Amino acid sequence: MSSAQTKTEHGHTDHNYLNHGSGIWSWMTTLDHKRIGLMYFATVSTLFLIGGFFALGIRLHLAKFGATPLLEPDTYNKFMTFHGAIMVFMVIIPGIPAFLGNFVLPIQLGAKDVAFPRLNLASYYIFIAGAAIAASSMIFNQVDTGWTFYTPYSTAKTSNGVILLVLGAFTMGFSSILTGLNFIVTTHKLRAPGMTMDRIPLMIWALYSTSIIQILATPILAITLLLIGAEKTLGVGIFDPDLGGDPVLFQHFFWFYSHPAVYIMILPAMGVISELITAFSKKTIFGYRAIAYSSVAIAAVSFLVWGHHMFVSGQSTLAGLVFSIITMFVGVPTAIKLFNWISTMYRGTVTFEAPMLFALGFMFLFTIGGLTGVFLASTGMDVHFHDTYFVVAHFHYVMVGGTLMALMGGIFYWFPKMFGKMTSDLGGRISWVLIFTGFNVTFFPQFVLGAMGMPRRYFDYLPEYTNLNQISTVGSWLIGLGFLVGLITIIHGILKGEKASDNPWGAKTLEWQTSSPPPHENFTTTPTVTAGPYDFR
Amino acid sequence: MSWSSLIPATSFMPIQATEIAKEVDLLYAFLIIASLVSFVILVGGMTWFLIKFKRTSLDQKSAYITHNNFAEFLWSFIPLIIMMGIFYWGMVIFEKLRTPPEDIAAEIHVTAEQWAWTYRYANGKEFYSSANDPMIVPAGKATKLVLTSKDVIHSFFVPAFRTKQDAVPGKLTQLWFEPKQPGEYIVFCTEYCGTKHSGMMIKIKAIPSEEYAAWYHAEKKGADSPADLGKTLFAQKACASCHSIDGSRIVGPTMKGLFGSGRKFADGSQTKADENYLRESILVSSAKIVEGYPPAMPVFQGQLSDEDVANLIEYIKSIK
Ligand code: HEM
Ligand SMILES: [Cu+2]
Repeated sequence: MSSAQTKTEHGHTDHNYLNHGSGIWSWMTTLDHKRIGLMYFATVSTLFLIGGFFALGIRLHLAKFGATPLLEPDTYNKFMTFHGAIMVFMVIIPGIPAFLGNFVLPIQLGAKDVAFPRLNLASYYIFIAGAAIAASSMIFNQVDTGWTFYTPYSTAKTSNGVILLVLGAFTMGFSSILTGLNFIVTTHKLRAPGMTMDRIPLMIWALYSTSIIQILATPILAITLLLIGAEKTLGVGIFDPDLGGDPVLFQHFFWFYSHPAVYIMILPAMGVISELITAFSKKTIFGYRAIAYSSVAIAAVSFLVWGHHMFVSGQSTLAGLVFSIITMFVGVPTAIKLFNWISTMYRGTVTFEAPMLFALGFMFLFTIGGLTGVFLASTGMDVHFHDTYFVVAHFHYVMVGGTLMALMGGIFYWFPKMFGKMTSDLGGRISWVLIFTGFNVTFFPQFVLGAMGMPRRYFDYLPEYTNLNQISTVGSWLIGLGFLVGLITIIHGILKGEKASDNPWGAKTLEWQTSSPPPHENFTTTPTVTAGPYDFR
Repeated sequence: MSWSSLIPATSFMPIQATEIAKEVDLLYAFLIIASLVSFVILVGGMTWFLIKFKRTSLDQKSAYITHNNFAEFLWSFIPLIIMMGIFYWGMVIFEKLRTPPEDIAAEIHVTAEQWAWTYRYANGKEFYSSANDPMIVPAGKATKLVLTSKDVIHSFFVPAFRTKQDAVPGKLTQLWFEPKQPGEYIVFCTEYCGTKHSGMMIKIKAIPSEEYAAWYHAEKKGADSPADLGKTLFAQKACASCHSIDGSRIVGPTMKGLFGSGRKFADGSQTKADENYLRESILVSSAKIVEGYPPAMPVFQGQLSDEDVANLIEYIKSIK
């Protein structure tokens, strides 16, 4: 067992990071990564509620109950845009790295804080500024382009609100880059004695790979977004064919960021899952190296597949085929991870507390999301499915079924560490049942709708699509209810939860060796690491 | 293949109105079976382990297993092989979808705009349509569409034919299909294009080919055919001062037999002269200079409308 000696000393200290300094100001100026993590938690949850409101609006409209439509076409398009932009740029991308990552990364490494605590706080405020700029477009000048901002629609045919939204995303990009930088340096420089690179937890490998993508890909998005602004205000003519530009060029730029970005969303989730599966199977992770290196492999290859979003854009047939084959290569490390997690359970001793249920839900939904990705990666098949509800279902299965399930699992898992209290396990389980069921009821029918030919981003549809859309809407309310129960469980845990022990799940990584909640600088004595992270012997 | 009929899920696909639709659905059926098998292995395996290795008492010990090279090799290698197979299968279909056959019975210029489609036939018949005027095509014969857009990107999607192609402003893209039976098939716009994106539907009406011929030659809507209009323009813009139409060499390359021929450029690259190449050469000839010719042609960008260019292309095509 690694560094067990730090454990006992903490039983009697009441001094922890939550009561280290009090008052709102001590939070707003804190340099403690744990507090910054919790501030991201609060922010991202709020944004998630707003994004969720738009989602329920979209689904309610598409259920077409009654003769008059719920939303005007333009309002619908704006709902669709804000839902996508908020969920992608402000919830799923920052969710795990900025919130859970900030909280656990330094503790798991046995560090006192991240390498650059001030930069960490600055990243948070940059994020807030970006979110505020983006949100102001909701009030002043709404946008209806969809979160992908395709030109020339975004530059030539719609309101100037795009500039605000794009500027907001641009600003948030800096936050993302700085957090990534901070994590990379922290991982290299601040590991506790004995914490070699092959002893760092898989969560950290995942965050590390993610950080590489964040640093390399985000600048591309930033430049692209600036170009949209320049095109719109100055008419520079890069994307607008009327000015001699090429509209498809934008798609290349956009996906060159946004494809790797889908891995910014999913790799940290895979990190969380690796932690949960081993902790709740009470067994060493199977194939540590395979999981660690496949994260890095995914990060690398993810830069070479962007063109699979453009099989029918008019790019050459050859380009389509090259992107198709490379995309197939990404599927392999993804499959490897699933096999490893499953093998970890083999001959383990598995328990089913709420965090584990979310991890299992992840595996179930992510398998479906990944397999349907193969349908889309196959050129001849994608020509039919591209821009239909099949794609909508695919990416919700990976992003919501995958990333959000992992986020929920991670919250319930690390909650005792964060607040020193337990959440109600029953509350967590009820929340899980509702989200998991609701999710499948919402999104599985969308695969069928896509096969039947229903395009995405449709305000209205043919009568034969009605039933499946209504089923989907019912599901969305179950999901909403599930998150509501989750929220209540979390708030109840914070206010009334039972006191948590230092290591309620019996896990082996370092964060469980310090007190719950940890002291201001994480450990009272620097831990020494003598074995791998999951040494359940 | 017989097992494909085992899959009721394929019935969720729209009717198979072309031969290619059948091939796509066969791949689809394969993918569904392969996915079901993989799903059962993965989630089934997981569920089985969960039940079998559920913790029953507090002092229970887990086995200590860190890895297994053989198993890990197998589960990397087998998926890789399967995925390469799927890639190849998809490629074969993709190339068919992308390559129009030699004998095209109808060629239609389709221009998208917010929120309607215009289609123009080689003889000048032209329809501006949002929903009511179907696009008439011959059944049992190949139709080729040359697509472009006036404003934003749109996409021409025919679920029953399992094919789609974006219509991009400033570019010409193409699409072909061969409906097996007479009938009406729906066309959606699948690239988000603003307020009435979902209202931008039309129908393709395939009619028996003799009927099509009669329809095609019956009274015209437009006065002159695009090729005729192009011919006039060719004279007006003094193109003939540099380009012959009889094969002789003057300042620029001849137009005779140009369409569909291979072109070789000063920088060593090569291409086939298709619509897009012609369009680019007319608007900004300096983009690709044919080997052995001076870069002497003026830039027509901004001086010719999309329609002018389309007419010129039709004319050039007719100079065989
Ligand atoms: C690792 C988790 C994954 C995530 C987070 C993810 C996410 C996404 C997202 C967000 C989109 C839609 C983007 C949009 O148009 O708005 C998408 C589309 C696509 N995904 Fe995935 N995906 C994942 C796994 C896979 C896998 C394993 C494959 C293939 C082996 C794949 C292949 C594709 C393809 C080809 C498309 C484009 C489909 C189209 O637009 O026609 N994805 N994915
Ligand atoms: Cu992608």
